[in-house]
Amino acid sequence: MAILINELSRILVQGFTGDKATFHSQKMIEYGSKVVGGVTPGKGGQTHIGLPVFNTVKDAVDAVYPDASIIFVPGAFCADAIMEAADAGIKLVCCITDGIPAQDMMMVKRYLRRYPKEKRTTLIGPNCAGIISPGKSMLGIMPGHIYKAGTVGLVTRSGTLGYEAASQLKDLGIGVSTSVGIGGDPVNGSSFLDMLERFEVDPETEAVMMIGEIGGPQEAEAAMWVKENMRKPVIGYVAGLTAPRGRRMGHAGAIISAFGDTAAEKSEIMRSLGLAVAPSPAELGKAVAEALAKKPPRKKLVTR
Amino acid sequence: MDIHEYQAKELLANFGVAVPRGGVAYSAEQAVYRAAEIGGTRWAVKAQIHSGARGKAGGIKLCTTEDQVRKAATELLGKRLVTHQTGPEGKVVHRLYVEAAVPIERELYIGFVLDRKTERIMLVAHPHGGMEIEEIAKSEPETILRQSMEPAVGMQAFQAREIAYGLGLPAGSVNRMVAMLLGCHRAFRDLDATMVEINPLVLTQDGQLLALDAKMGFDDNALFRRPTVSELRDHAEEDPREAQAAEHGLNYVALDGEIGCIINGAGLAMATMDMIKHAGGSPANFLDVGGGASPERVAMAFKLVLQDGKVGAMLVNIFAGINRCDWVANGVVQAVREVGVKVPLVVRLAGTNVEEGRTIITESGLPIISADSLADAAEKVVAAWRTAKGN
Repeated sequence: MAILINELSRILVQGFTGDKATFHSQKMIEYGSKVVGGVTPGKGGQTHIGLPVFNTVKDAVDAVYPDASIIFVPGAFCADAIMEAADAGIKLVCCITDGIPAQDMMMVKRYLRRYPKEKRTTLIGPNCAGIISPGKSMLGIMPGHIYKAGTVGLVTRSGTLGYEAASQLKDLGIGVSTSVGIGGDPVNGSSFLDMLERFEVDPETEAVMMIGEIGGPQEAEAAMWVKENMRKPVIGYVAGLTAPRGRRMGHAGAIISAFGDTAAEKSEIMRSLGLAVAPSPAELGKAVAEALAKKPPRKKLVTR
Repeated sequence: MDIHEYQAKELLANFGVAVPRGGVAYSAEQAVYRAAEIGGTRWAVKAQIHSGARGKAGGIKLCTTEDQVRKAATELLGKRLVTHQTGPEGKVVHRLYVEAAVPIERELYIGFVLDRKTERIMLVAHPHGGMEIEEIAKSEPETILRQSMEPAVGMQAFQAREIAYGLGLPAGSVNRMVAMLLGCHRAFRDLDATMVEINPLVLTQDGQLLALDAKMGFDDNALFRRPTVSELRDHAEEDPREAQAAEHGLNYVALDGEIGCIINGAGLAMATMDMIKHAGGSPANFLDVGGGASPERVAMAFKLVLQDGKVGAMLVNIFAGINRCDWVANGVVQAVREVGVKVPLVVRLAGTNVEEGRTIITESGLPIISADSLADAAEKVVAAWRTAKGN
């Protein structure tokens, strides 16, 4: 199962013929992802790394039936690319690009809501490392080999801090069901809460680790939802204890500007709502191991 | 990106926002000339630095004669102003704004922000201006008026009217307020702002509404399509190292600790800084070398970090995803040879080809301390820093 992507996911690459897109498409194919083609306006009809190129997402949908897309086009054109994919009926869009204007993202999110819920596109990112369901499929730019397949859901804002968590888990023999990078921008496609909802109903996921950052209300909202709705254990961490107020720490969204934005405040909110919080970023794996050990063993599903 | 008050007023005036008459001055002579140009007998001479609360810091002076204007300007130019927003080092005044001082009946607050909870542009208003909105939000949050803008259509006049009546404005001023609010919203939207704040917005004794102070911030990601905004950048207001870093595509933020950091990825950088603190040290900077971490970028990063004289030890923490560790290790070795690092240096590599990477570091013969994990790296760099300091 996993969430969002699995071995059956058919992947389209938007901005296919660019250097980065080419490199990462090859990496995804090597990992076993089913990349079915790409879009670069003006290059329709050509073949690139052995796969067909289309002028529009609609052409690609008609010819190779993708159900997920990954976007590498420059920030100035991302809003357009996301809306094109949504309009062509692609259900999952992952935008890797950073540097998208915040107001473009506001428009994109408003645009996505014009479709009824069952037809609506799920957007992951922008400014993220993407999604991986280890052993099944990779829709992103992460190093696939650091993820062991398993039962812990991972959702992070930061790419490399997500790698750190995955490798700490792997060192302890713990695997990941799906890892999602939701990105470091102030307005992003999917929130921590959106991913927790999916992990809660995924039969392959037993526990979830969410790694947040300073800035914005998403971590606190997710923690509140966990307390009310989630049966699986959630382990949290918020990076940026040493970040000063009012300074942007790399990510456009990582800035302490309002009450409740600091790492200390967010960690405290998580703790007060019953989440386990890793005491330091060196103990992400250990905190998950402890939570799993505390959890009563689940009854195995009997299958014929 | 932030701009000065006078620049924000010029931009907003183009969108129909009424502002007092004023002009910018770089010298005392210019300030006096501006005052004469504006006319009248009451002027405010205002220091232009990127910070609020300039009045409290002595950066705004009211004058009634041209001699007073000259005196105020002479005093302010070159002065270092310290507010709670500038940090203890303060900011030096290079520009002044001379403005007609108006007879005030009432002070109000209005601010447009990008609200992350609703992911919309939000208008925040309060019947008492001149105070910090953050303070009001804490002490009496129920007195704050809000309007959230639907992204597809933008702000509507009824929303502006609700605010105008909510603030208790006299009937004759309501339409002026509506025009002002709609103008601010258009400026926010058309210029890709992240903040438009008018505090105070004043009602004059003759019923006019004027923006007495104005503050605007802009989305760096959208500057490519806003040349009129990006040309307003004042390099004197920026930390020279941060500006230099930005030119090389690096993200650098100076902090007040003594352990220099070079890390790839913003989240891992923050986590590494947390880890240094956890181990009993304090980071001198935030530095994200980005996904590439090429030898040139690593070398540039070393130069930037070492420009900070406080740095007593350095930590490099690279999680090589797409790049291989051996490649990053070569970059570090090359950078250390080229730049000449005189403080203890701890390097932690993780990810693809980590063994090859560590071998390159060991065989380089350079005095680099190798670390295996995040915890190990933080402990080693703090220990090395303590030893180097001699305590």
